[in-house]
Amino acid sequence: MQRFAALLDSLAFQPARNAKLRLMTEYMCTTPDPDRGFALAALTGTLNLPNAKPALLREFGVQRLGETLFVLSYDYVGDLAETLALIWQPSDTASAGQNQPAPSLSEVVERLRAASKRETPQLLEQWLDALDSTGRWALLKLLTRDLRVGVSARLAKQAIADLGKRDIVDVEEVWHALQPPYQALFDWIEGRAPRPDPGAAPVFRPLMLATALEDAELAGLDPAAYRAEWKWDGIRVQLVATAGHRHIFSRAAEQATTAFPDIIEIMDFNAVLDGELLVARPDESGTVHVAPFNDLQQRLNRKQPNPKLLQDYPAHVRLYDALMIDGEDIRALPFDERRTRLEAWYAARPRPRLDLSPLVHFGTWEELAAIRAGTREAGIEGLMLKRGDSPYVAGRPRGPWFKWKRAALTADCVLMYAQRGHGKRSSYYSDYTFGCWRPTNGGTAELVPVGKAYFGFTDAELIKLDKWVRDHTTNRFGPVREVEPGLVLEIAFDSIHRSTRHKSGVAMRFPRVHRIRWDKPPEEADELATLERMIAAP
Amino acid sequence: MNASPAPADPRSWLTTTPKGLYCVPGGFFIDPAWPVAKAVITHGHGDHARPGHGAVLATRETVEIIRTRLGPDTIGSLQGVKYGETTRIGDVDVRLVPAGHILGSAQIVLEWRGARIVVSGDFKRRADPTSPPFEPIACDVFVTEATFALPVFRHPPDMQEIARLLGSLRTFPDRCHLVGVYALGKCQRVIRLLRAAGYDRRIWLHGGLMAMCEVYRRAGIDLGDIAAVSEAGPARRNDLFQHETFRGAIVLCPPSALGDRWTRRFPEPLPAAASGWMRVRARARQRGVELPLVISDHADWDELIQTVRDVQPGMVWVTHGREDALVHQVQTMGIPAEALHVAGREEEGS
Ligand SMILES: [Zn+2]
Repeated sequence: MQRFAALLDSLAFQPARNAKLRLMTEYMCTTPDPDRGFALAALTGTLNLPNAKPALLREFGVQRLGETLFVLSYDYVGDLAETLALIWQPSDTASAGQNQPAPSLSEVVERLRAASKRETPQLLEQWLDALDSTGRWALLKLLTRDLRVGVSARLAKQAIADLGKRDIVDVEEVWHALQPPYQALFDWIEGRAPRPDPGAAPVFRPLMLATALEDAELAGLDPAAYRAEWKWDGIRVQLVATAGHRHIFSRAAEQATTAFPDIIEIMDFNAVLDGELLVARPDESGTVHVAPFNDLQQRLNRKQPNPKLLQDYPAHVRLYDALMIDGEDIRALPFDERRTRLEAWYAARPRPRLDLSPLVHFGTWEELAAIRAGTREAGIEGLMLKRGDSPYVAGRPRGPWFKWKRAALTADCVLMYAQRGHGKRSSYYSDYTFGCWRPTNGGTAELVPVGKAYFGFTDAELIKLDKWVRDHTTNRFGPVREVEPGLVLEIAFDSIHRSTRHKSGVAMRFPRVHRIRWDKPPEEADELATLERMIAAP
Repeated sequence: MNASPAPADPRSWLTTTPKGLYCVPGGFFIDPAWPVAKAVITHGHGDHARPGHGAVLATRETVEIIRTRLGPDTIGSLQGVKYGETTRIGDVDVRLVPAGHILGSAQIVLEWRGARIVVSGDFKRRADPTSPPFEPIACDVFVTEATFALPVFRHPPDMQEIARLLGSLRTFPDRCHLVGVYALGKCQRVIRLLRAAGYDRRIWLHGGLMAMCEVYRRAGIDLGDIAAVSEAGPARRNDLFQHETFRGAIVLCPPSALGDRWTRRFPEPLPAAASGWMRVRARARQRGVELPLVISDHADWDELIQTVRDVQPGMVWVTHGREDALVHQVQTMGIPAEALHVAGREEEGS
């Protein structure tokens, strides 16, 4: 536990991605099983432990210090778990420091899992006595489910990939078939065993991602080699179904299963499918109409939707690819072949709330550009271009798949600062400064602010944003808070220009929050160079 | 019947004024915030030793520090005394005893008409190779600092923090470790601790830290191989030409230099800071520190309470810091306590 605590402590203070990776791989190299496996589970959010309520922490604190000193301490520190970790002294001062040895992480996990609700506080007290302040902090953060050390599940998986000098998609491919403490994963990564084979198991498969297409690139591409589809303004999902298992995964491999029982209901098949989750309503003729993204947002806000919500905001999945059909892995086949299989599969068993994303036929790029420019339909963000001969490759290879967004420029930016608004928003952090990534000389990346936005979201979203800001504040300057680089805002703007007045060298015209990307890892936000390429020629 | 006068109310002979603590029968101030005719100074830190006074009494080491820091002509007369030596000022006997804070730091023991007040100045209780240890003196009134007077402040063993610094150097052998330290006291203590941990490579210093190191050296404190960063030759403006000399080196600098353009010459600098404030995460983050080292020259919560126990005062006055918690705690121990509001104290690089 002490070693794990030291890792968390270092990670929390270390902003650079590469340095975080170094810290994690060093820990994984030097920590025995099963401790490191549980650490990996904690970092990726798969460690399910009973949680400790804030009231219990407060009660412990008052017991140890008395009300006055505890309140003064908590006021000063501002974080309950940290306050308790700092003030805690072993109950028997005579034996301070020589109580039982500090528990290992696996001991903590195993005993907590076996403990009854009544035993948990006792165990906790005993461990707090045995650990040092960093150890206590880590334990309390684990148990209050508040482990914010700036490491996404993906970054932790990257560390595992680095450890074995593998590609991260290899790790992601097997990830969902494994369980903490991930013995089989380490055995494979360290060369003691073959790669675990998820086979036809009902697990998430890493997605194939598209890169943004800039108009200048088009000339170099052969239109005959590419197929076009609409780019839907929804949420990318992977439907995974076998006999007895049905899952919906987000692009970040998070389960969205319980939120969409209407989709789960129609997944009576054996396949792994790639598509866009939308809210869509059929009209009398049976034609399906895609609703604006905001309707989908109503569904995304609810983990357990009620029947009224299901009726008012019916979910729909528009399919555009298949990874497996009836137990056969077809990812190695070319896109055209997969498409044929998908069409045949769907034609044989059509279902409500499920349809195919149509191919958009075109001859030349000019023709396609005209189609793209002529479409103002809600729910369409632009076009996808996919090479007909492209196999389904995990990750983001440049070339086989492009996204070609519609005119209004958008960029995925990372929230950096938030400022309280005015008038009725004066108690909300409603003005946002966001940034994009720029490489540093050290080979790492840093965020540079590229703009500010204070509209484009609903009041309900504002409440969530405000809470997020308060929960992730790292620094305060009067009315301004600096936040962890943890939230991606998709910013829409009319144009972008060079500016010497801004550190980033660019200024956006009419930036607004187009969408809050709760699902997107911040390291996948855009680079400043991408914005620079959007600058219109004078 | 009246052979021995009744002990005077301590407030009547040691009072707080807008310029600072004033000893009435002695006619002098202690660590005044503004220029005064006569002052007794506990130690050389900037918020205790200020320029412009007519006459100053302090330890010899503190006098040396004041001369170096403020220049020779900013104070009329500087009188240096040895620890333990008694000086009569007005009607008051004044004695300076070690406070364990930094080189030359002293508590001021005041005796008048059979009553004794001890003004601690800044102090700490743990061992420090650059300063003789704090000496508890029994007294009627103990005037204590309260910089870290909250139960959240418990400084870990200093060698454990140094081990974390050296561990980080092993994890990131290519990064220059920049450690923010207060120029007087913390800097020299960190160097001594690194030496004690077996680190014998050259330690590089920001130019602003050199003068005080020289004072410490003259006082007989061996700092090993230290050199100003400028001695490595001029830094080139181009970022790509960072000084390879500093790869994997330890560079000490004032905390204010950490985010400064001055740091551009260092390859992949890793900002660290050695201070008691580093115990609280939000404080460390506020300063952009990636490696917080909890090394303090002030008493932590346990040391403050232990000191009150050791000194057994009739009464405690709390000068600067988090007075509420310490006043509450001392009262709980059955000793009368109150906060004095003394002008001119700031948080230093504690
Ligand atoms: Zn001081």
